[in-house]
Amino acid sequence: MRQTFTRFSGVAAPLMIDNVDTDQIIPSREMKTTSRNGLAEGLFAGWRYVSEGNRIPDKEFILNREGYREAKILVSGENFGCGSSREHAVWALEEYGIRAIIAQSFGEIFYNNCTRNGVLPIRLHSSEIAGIVASSSPQLVTIDLPMQKVLVNDREYHFEIGAYAKRLLLEGLDPISMTKKELPVIRTFQEADKLKRPWLYR
Amino acid sequence: MVFKKAQTLFDKLWAAHRIADGGDGADLIAIDRVCLHERTGAVALRSLRDAGHDVQNPKRVFAIMDHIVSFRENRGPDESRSPGGGVFITQTRKLALEAGVNFIDTNDLRQGIVHVIAPELGIAIPGVSLICPDSHTCSLGALGALAWGVGSSESEHAMATGCLRVTKPKQMRVTVNGALGEGVSAKDLALYIIHKFGAKGGQRCAIEYCGSAISELTIEERLTLCNMAVEFSAFTALIAPDEKTISFVLGKPYAPNADEIADTREDWRSLFTDEDAIFDYEIEVNAADVQPIVSWGTSPEQALPIGDAIPIGADQKVLDYMGLSGGQRVEGLEISGAFIGSCTNGRLSDLRSAAAFLQGRKVADGVRAVCVPGSQSVRRQAEEEGLDAIFREAGFEWGAPGCAMCFFAGGQTFAPGERVVSSTNRNFEGRQGPGVRTHLASPATVAASAVKGAISRADKINVGVDE
Ligand code: SF4
Repeated sequence: MRQTFTRFSGVAAPLMIDNVDTDQIIPSREMKTTSRNGLAEGLFAGWRYVSEGNRIPDKEFILNREGYREAKILVSGENFGCGSSREHAVWALEEYGIRAIIAQSFGEIFYNNCTRNGVLPIRLHSSEIAGIVASSSPQLVTIDLPMQKVLVNDREYHFEIGAYAKRLLLEGLDPISMTKKELPVIRTFQEADKLKRPWLYR
Repeated sequence: MVFKKAQTLFDKLWAAHRIADGGDGADLIAIDRVCLHERTGAVALRSLRDAGHDVQNPKRVFAIMDHIVSFRENRGPDESRSPGGGVFITQTRKLALEAGVNFIDTNDLRQGIVHVIAPELGIAIPGVSLICPDSHTCSLGALGALAWGVGSSESEHAMATGCLRVTKPKQMRVTVNGALGEGVSAKDLALYIIHKFGAKGGQRCAIEYCGSAISELTIEERLTLCNMAVEFSAFTALIAPDEKTISFVLGKPYAPNADEIADTREDWRSLFTDEDAIFDYEIEVNAADVQPIVSWGTSPEQALPIGDAIPIGADQKVLDYMGLSGGQRVEGLEISGAFIGSCTNGRLSDLRSAAAFLQGRKVADGVRAVCVPGSQSVRRQAEEEGLDAIFREAGFEWGAPGCAMCFFAGGQTFAPGERVVSSTNRNFEGRQGPGVRTHLASPATVAASAVKGAISRADKINVGVDE
């Protein structure tokens, strides 16, 4: 079971670029194993390290700056997570400790990959995003999923999320566990189907 | 009399597999069969196991080696064409055997590219819902199967629960009437449609291909056409099963057996679009307008009839990558590579059409030409017919079945900047290797271009063979 989402706070790291694609989030050369784990090190590898081989942190990159290393929230521009459908991008973010991403818009597949892997994607307007990243020092941002609100200092911003995705995140369920709650109806369907198409089940 | 709303073929397949409402506008759709391949199969099986989920019905899952296995003729079972790829092969094998799913190993007699062997083995048959973590799963709609490509997590979901939560897509009908001209293939038709209506033309729809030209296509040609639907941005493609489909399916190992076929045949006969059914979008194509086509850019829509010139004002970035300029003709461009194979054009009829051209001819100097049959069965039949000898004598390499040079997996490929004519389905930047310039075409066009050493039409070639 994943962490559940209620209300949580964390530092928000601004990565104010549009079209951050999944290859930038995790370059394909970093997808070396047949496991979902061990990917955090490769997160933003092309930007995070001075050079690929030595893994020396590039001090300029936001997640290497003082106060942002433990960021739990990423703030970006338009079309975050576009590009290839690789789910590794979300696995790497989640393993690194990113719990929510605030952006103007998301790549469609990436958005769905987030909700089913315990990362909360939040769409806000550019003016609202500007408000969140206005300060040049690390900002503590609170996210209230039940109320669908982002709270910064004394301001709050409402966001939309589908009921199914919300429930997955709130209960810390993965989609498989969620669907398994429907097993009785699935079984009933299969029992009837088995009579019609026995060859499918042998 | 009960009034029954006219349904499309897709509506019928969807309704037959709909288990329940899935919330947020989605449905729970029963997934009859799941195919896995070694590139993501191990990840899926392992994360299922780590999460404590069993494979609900291992008999309905098929794990296959195709994506990164070596295509060297006498490859070993763990030999990968991708550096470090051996672990994906050994792990997939280990986890597939542990999970008890159907498993087809590297050198199994049934092995091949998943979308080539699923029809051969009767894994894909009319009316079955099938998913695979590979975008070209839409090929299998050619048999009237409800088949589409998914992400790795969705394949886990289907294995653990027997279903997927999916939002029903919109629908489009593509009617192709008339007859394809001599020397014009299903690949040309697929490229023509994408070229004419754009790479986004399919609008995320479930597309049904119909019309007199489609009825005339062989099953293999239908598979080629449906294969390219994802390059047209379709959710999937479908062709209503007919007598050709049914005779193709009969006797296949994973299809219903002789005793069951009578009932099943009745079901299959109901799989067509009712006369008054309504589609969200309709497009029409005249088959007679299609000519042999080759792509010039880095999207399959950037394609043209072989004799035509690249549009003036075409995207400069694309032209730079391809080493071309606007107004230039593609015909006659020198090539250094030729590839025949893949799930688009790696079936027996594809190899035959290339071999018919290659017989008695030689690949031009300076061209590396490779032919990789789509499956062991295709390879065996081709060898029985002596096609391998024709390819070899012409100067082609003859490879072991798999995806081979369809996509770059880090290993051997063509050199940066090399121009390659390929019977595959994607010409994206770097698809066949860093800097490699891919031109998509039919197997006959690839064969003709390999002989000429330059892009050319199979029916117009004019090289020195006893002219
Ligand atoms: S042949 Fe190419 S397109 Fe087909 S499944 Fe293999 S990699 Fe994908």
